[in-house]
Amino acid sequence: MQTGTDNETRIVIAGFGGQGVVLAGNLLAQACVEEGKNVSMMVAYGAEMRGGTANSTVVISQGTIYSPVVVRPNIAVILNTPSLEKFEPSVTAGGLIVANQSMMNRAVKRGDLKVMMIAATEIAHGLGNVRVANSVILGALIAATSLLRLASLERAVETLMAQKKAALVALNLEALRAGFAACPS
Amino acid sequence: MSTQTAKILMKGNEVMCEAAVRAGCKFFAGYPITPQNEVPEYLSWRLPQAGGVFVQAESEIAAINMIFGAAATGFRCMTSSSSPGISLKQEGISYIAAAELPCVIANVQRGGPGLGNIRAAQSDYFQAVKGGGHGDYHLIVLAPSTLTELYALTMNAFDYADHYRNPVMILMDGILGQMVEPIVTEEYRPLFEPTEKDYILDGCKGRKPRIIKTLHLQPAEALVEVNRRLVAKYKRISSELKLCEDFQTDDARLIVSAYGITAQVSKGAVLQARSKGLKVGLIRPITLWPFPEAPFVKAAKTAEKFLVVEMSNGQMIEDVRLAEQCLRPVEFFGVGGGWYPTTDEVLDAIEKSYPA
Amino acid sequence: MTQFKRPDALYDAPTHYCPGCGHGIAQRLVGEVIDELGLRERTVATAPVGCAVLMYDYFNCDVIECPHGRSPAVATGIKRMRPDRVVFTYQGDGDLAAIGTAETIHTANRGENLTVIFVNNAIYGMTGGQMAPTTILGQTTTTTPGGRGRNREGGPIRVCELLSSLDGVCYLERVSVSSPKDVGQARKAIRKAFTNQLEEKGFSLVEVLSMCPTDWKLSPAQSVEFVETQMKKVFPLGVYKDR
Repeated sequence: MQTGTDNETRIVIAGFGGQGVVLAGNLLAQACVEEGKNVSMMVAYGAEMRGGTANSTVVISQGTIYSPVVVRPNIAVILNTPSLEKFEPSVTAGGLIVANQSMMNRAVKRGDLKVMMIAATEIAHGLGNVRVANSVILGALIAATSLLRLASLERAVETLMAQKKAALVALNLEALRAGFAACPS
Repeated sequence: MSTQTAKILMKGNEVMCEAAVRAGCKFFAGYPITPQNEVPEYLSWRLPQAGGVFVQAESEIAAINMIFGAAATGFRCMTSSSSPGISLKQEGISYIAAAELPCVIANVQRGGPGLGNIRAAQSDYFQAVKGGGHGDYHLIVLAPSTLTELYALTMNAFDYADHYRNPVMILMDGILGQMVEPIVTEEYRPLFEPTEKDYILDGCKGRKPRIIKTLHLQPAEALVEVNRRLVAKYKRISSELKLCEDFQTDDARLIVSAYGITAQVSKGAVLQARSKGLKVGLIRPITLWPFPEAPFVKAAKTAEKFLVVEMSNGQMIEDVRLAEQCLRPVEFFGVGGGWYPTTDEVLDAIEKSYPA
Repeated sequence: MTQFKRPDALYDAPTHYCPGCGHGIAQRLVGEVIDELGLRERTVATAPVGCAVLMYDYFNCDVIECPHGRSPAVATGIKRMRPDRVVFTYQGDGDLAAIGTAETIHTANRGENLTVIFVNNAIYGMTGGQMAPTTILGQTTTTTPGGRGRNREGGPIRVCELLSSLDGVCYLERVSVSSPKDVGQARKAIRKAFTNQLEEKGFSLVEVLSMCPTDWKLSPAQSVEFVETQMKKVFPLGVYKDR
């Protein structure tokens, strides 16, 4: 898909604290490193983290990135309804919202956006751990955008989670693939 | 940790820490404050791993005085904080500057005044370059604008500190501290030949006792003499160390000037303006003290206007006006109280300021 | 042991201390102990702000002059980088128990392997006789002209008692330099505070009750009497911790 006039993709990942928005941001950033793309990631930090919604932002570009700050994302990865309220208005026209349908109690209102709803929590539940819903939704994002290759994201999981239990790495890989497969093409 | 030629993802605060350790920093004392908490967290394990010492101090005041002591032993040392904590350190900074001891102080600036907020800001410029503590003294102030530059300048900071026997401040902000980017952790390469540190306190075996002091009561001219010596040193630093990036200024009708992350954002805006056919350039001071006047003097001959962009209500703008000697109008775009600037906003300001 | 020779650790220089002041005695004792233990060439001292600020004019060893109250922090920086050197702070009551209270408590609590010589004369000497944190109740100073009051200024801070609850502290003793017998005990305590550091036992502090005739507005003899009859009541001598 078209990711902005300046060849820069600006992504916001938003949800409750504890839904893994930081890890999801890190995984996207690491996948960029694997592919030699430029990337700049930031997490809303400190007191802002505890106010309800947590979010991380990722800017991806083949060229130089001049600002890690994302005000108008062209992709919003939304993990809960409050985050939809907060970020739906800011997505650029023609942009994409990938949302965890399991956690939404309303639909996207704007008509000028592409929307992909994915039952990430249910899929994660089916895999045995609802906490990997973030990886499910990342898999779906990759399938929907061809922004990065699934293999790069898989390597990112292995790189960033190297110190974790092998079972957790395997579970996240499974979640990525499940999300990738669940995306309606 | 071995030298990485591959890029690794690192957060700005950690980039600074890793560079410090590789440049031979052996002591850190600090106190947690957002948005620089990764600094003490990272160094709490990394410094001991590299044979150094980490102390979580009871206050910023204690931390800077631990640095005073550690610097007196001749080891490379640093402290870091964010704006309110840097205010607390000012007493110690004045003493260290007066005693002419080398150390590195990082300020990951946040919104102010007062407790302010934890958003990114550049509102401590005056404090960093015009004093901050009492007395006539200067810090060498370095302002990196990318994580790659932060890595390199942190290493250089230790070299400048030793070379000039002067505290060096790395003036960052919450964005630089918190952003995560792939970087290459290059090997440390010293800028200068090492010189003998003849001020070190380590017991007077085989030599006369050394005194490090900043009180000069008698004779009455003693303190005047100390000040003269400091002024001579500051003049030397001014003549040798003025770092600046000059970007597309040759044919520019409007010169944007900014430092730190704001300069990187502004550079993006300058390129967008260029693509729209506007003749815009950027002067980016890398040393904020000494301030690089020459590029402004040169630019003022051809450019019609300056636009200073800061995450503050306008502080560096005063140095820009002094530098270009009021030859051209200098306009300002900025927000005080914490701000995350975007290229779109800066581009907008450029279009508004662009000479008719 | 009676010693009349000037210790090598002190210069042969007249001090600026007033007649009857206790600093000269305290510093001589420190100098003698440094000599006895052979530490002069491996010692780094910290000078405080207050009457003893010029101690580098008297001590024949490396000295760093610290911001007011910050000696324990400065000493921490030195000792952590040079654990093989002997580091002592020499501080007055304002320095240690007012402006530097936080540094004192936390340096003690970390159990830094340092020796602290704390000279308590219940008044601010250098600035001309204002109230100290250790000024006793009822004592007249230039900022408590009606005498220190419990309800206005609070009571005197007893540093040894205060620090004795901290696990990091190794040794606390309060001594006096108001009589020859007391001076002998002070010397022993100072020696112990230094040997503790050599044995890496941690934080040792000796509180020395001392005379300030000038700012107390008493004669040297009356000043000795003031320590004996007034200060010792409020600040009982003895060992407060010995681990």
